[in-house]
Amino acid sequence: MLLAPASFVLNKCVRAIAAMTIDYNCYLPGETYDELVTKAGHPRVAARSLCRHFSKLSDAELDEHRKAVDLAIMALGITFTVYSEGDNIDRVWPLDVVPRIISRREWARTEEGLKQRLTALNLFISDLYGDQRIVRDDVFPEEVLAGSRNFRPQCKGVVPPLGAWAHVCGTDLVRDRDGTQYVLEDNLRVPSGVSYMLENRHVMKRVFPELFEDYEILPVDDYPNQLFETLAAISPRPGDYPEIAVLTPGIYNSAYFEHSYLAQQMGAELVEGPDLMVSDDDCVYMRTIEGLKRVDVIYRRIDDDFLDPEVFKEDSMLGVRGLMRAWRKGNVGLANAPGAGVADDKVVYAFVPQIIRYYLDQDPIIPNVPTYLCMDRGEREYVLANLDKLVIKPANESGGYGMIVGPKASRAEREKFARLIRKDPRNYIGQPTLDISTVPTLCGDHLEPRHVDLRPFVLQADRLYATMGGLSRVALRKGSLVVNSSQGGGSKDTWVVETGKH
Amino acid sequence: MLLSRVAENVYWMGRYLERAENVARLINSTTTALLDLPRGVQLGWDRLVRIIGGEKLAAECLDSLDERSVMRFLISEVRHPNSIISCVKYARENGRTTREIISQEVWEQVNALYLFASDQAAASLGRRKRFDFLNAIIVHCQTINGALAGTSIHDSAYQFLRIGRNLERADMTSRIIDVPALGLLTDPDDAGANPAYAAVRWMSVLKSLSAYQTYRYRVQVNVRGPAVLGYLLHEGVFPRSVVHCLAAIGNCLAELPNPETPQRSLGRLQRFVHDADIDKLAEAGLHEFVDELQKGLEALHSAVSEGYFRLNQAVA
Repeated sequence: MLLAPASFVLNKCVRAIAAMTIDYNCYLPGETYDELVTKAGHPRVAARSLCRHFSKLSDAELDEHRKAVDLAIMALGITFTVYSEGDNIDRVWPLDVVPRIISRREWARTEEGLKQRLTALNLFISDLYGDQRIVRDDVFPEEVLAGSRNFRPQCKGVVPPLGAWAHVCGTDLVRDRDGTQYVLEDNLRVPSGVSYMLENRHVMKRVFPELFEDYEILPVDDYPNQLFETLAAISPRPGDYPEIAVLTPGIYNSAYFEHSYLAQQMGAELVEGPDLMVSDDDCVYMRTIEGLKRVDVIYRRIDDDFLDPEVFKEDSMLGVRGLMRAWRKGNVGLANAPGAGVADDKVVYAFVPQIIRYYLDQDPIIPNVPTYLCMDRGEREYVLANLDKLVIKPANESGGYGMIVGPKASRAEREKFARLIRKDPRNYIGQPTLDISTVPTLCGDHLEPRHVDLRPFVLQADRLYATMGGLSRVALRKGSLVVNSSQGGGSKDTWVVETGKH
Repeated sequence: MLLSRVAENVYWMGRYLERAENVARLINSTTTALLDLPRGVQLGWDRLVRIIGGEKLAAECLDSLDERSVMRFLISEVRHPNSIISCVKYARENGRTTREIISQEVWEQVNALYLFASDQAAASLGRRKRFDFLNAIIVHCQTINGALAGTSIHDSAYQFLRIGRNLERADMTSRIIDVPALGLLTDPDDAGANPAYAAVRWMSVLKSLSAYQTYRYRVQVNVRGPAVLGYLLHEGVFPRSVVHCLAAIGNCLAELPNPETPQRSLGRLQRFVHDADIDKLAEAGLHEFVDELQKGLEALHSAVSEGYFRLNQAVA
């Protein structure tokens, strides 16, 4: 398709406004990089058919599509739970009608980078619970390790099957204004969101079947199979069909939908702590109507702290007494392994490029966002002097909690963070405020640019696997950078498309 | 392999769905019967509260027992655990925790029922809208039962769902039999004077169980107390009779592992129902009989619960 000359664009734009239709040529990307539209307002190559389709829709049609999406989500019961003043509210999952598109060629490189990263992180975690070579070689400072809240001494000396600790990783990617993609963080504890990636595709197929005719969109739905294979690979009884259980904190957890979804898709049991018990033989069993049945692998979706009251938090009602005993003896596979969260720390994050070089002798394929460590005196001074320009994040929080975006924060908030940083420098990092890329999003009856990130999911056991694309999360409020669904974020179906034929 | 907790949840989903449907049927048939009675005759709305066993809570929640208050109590009152809205909510919660084993289609239906009820309940208390609303609830429940029968795997989980449904159904039938026993058979005043109105009440009993048409077809005598009683207790081919529900539970238990204890409990109850002398009961002792029947159902519930949900078993 040839690019339309500017005058044509303008004409079409005027006509579009007169006819009250949505037109991508009228969509004005902001100053930053837009995922679907170039600065000049032309659709990017991979997005052309999509933009053509949307520009043909009238307001009424577009509204119909949006309603159909909402209805499908309601009907499918795709929800997430929000905590607010002690109450649990089931909210309908917000999915925007406009998909986000990534070309296959670009994705291939991202995929390689994600796999590289997880391989290195697993080597790193193994090393930390083993000989700590990286510390002795002065690549990774001992004091960072000492200050890590997610380092679990109880895991020292354990060698889990295949050397894999983080079997499931959710890596958050963002793009800066020049189009460079960065890793924003690695989620190695209990990353969530993959069910929404799958359901988003499901809904889009149901509502926009015609869009799928124009594109060769790479499928995402083999994830549950891949997850099953990954979990099966760490079974202590490799000869038999593995008994796999998804361990959930229960119905009031914000990701309960996902836990039950994944269990169902994998044909695994969805269990809560009280469904399981560790017997005198240090094996894990679940209570069934026929009696106790041995469990081989547990995909646990509860934090280390609550996993086993015998070892971690004593008053945990969510976990299973003796689970660590069973795991250390190799009688049950745990994914992710306890202690894997040590690499899910924003200070450790700053060292990932060195970690990749150290273990793999390769340069990182996807770069890190430049990160200032407050534990380092010089960098701390820089952070404190530039609080109004930086994003400040605590080392061990997730979900966008406990952070501030300097340029948008009030003076009082910045002062509060200055105090927090001085009090506990190891716990804070600073990063430049990225001009995160945008993607056209339906706001009211027209499209506006909204900031977007991407969370692909990467699996590692006997082999590596990365999802095709991932979960795209958009900040629905204008100008906002917060994409977490618990804080008003929305989502998009993410298409990795073959562009060779265009 | 079925987790004990999941079995229990499915069982309760079956019970709550059935309860929602039964309450809807009960209200509809009572309203219809009411329209037939002469103006002077009071068919108290509190009768419905008594059938559900909610007298105590109703006394706390309601200022009066007029039609509208009772309807609110039975349909949309969230504090009342047996109101339609509560039953639907609990059915969905139980379904939600077992989504991984019920089919997508069933889940969508259960969810749709919940969305419909939450949206419409409060606005459907008046007579005009109520009938349609309650009918829609019944249709929703029937659709779910259909989807369960047609799309779920008929494994152990399905048996627990059916046990829950049939226990609940037998329970409701026994409650509905009981209330005319309290008021009707020995009613000294009002409608008792005119046999036609007594028949109206028994017809209302039959209709609340969707049994009127089949009764006419099977029994072929006029609607009168003992015959109706016999039909609702003993008619094996009527799916809401007590013997039918108990037989269905027996079939379910036969499909489950280690059914001996609940089977014994069921057998005792079946003999008790079978031995009932309908003509005598119609004259005296029905209330006491129903009391025993309810105790038997409770014992059966406990046997199922102990046998499958609260096991502290050894390694299998």
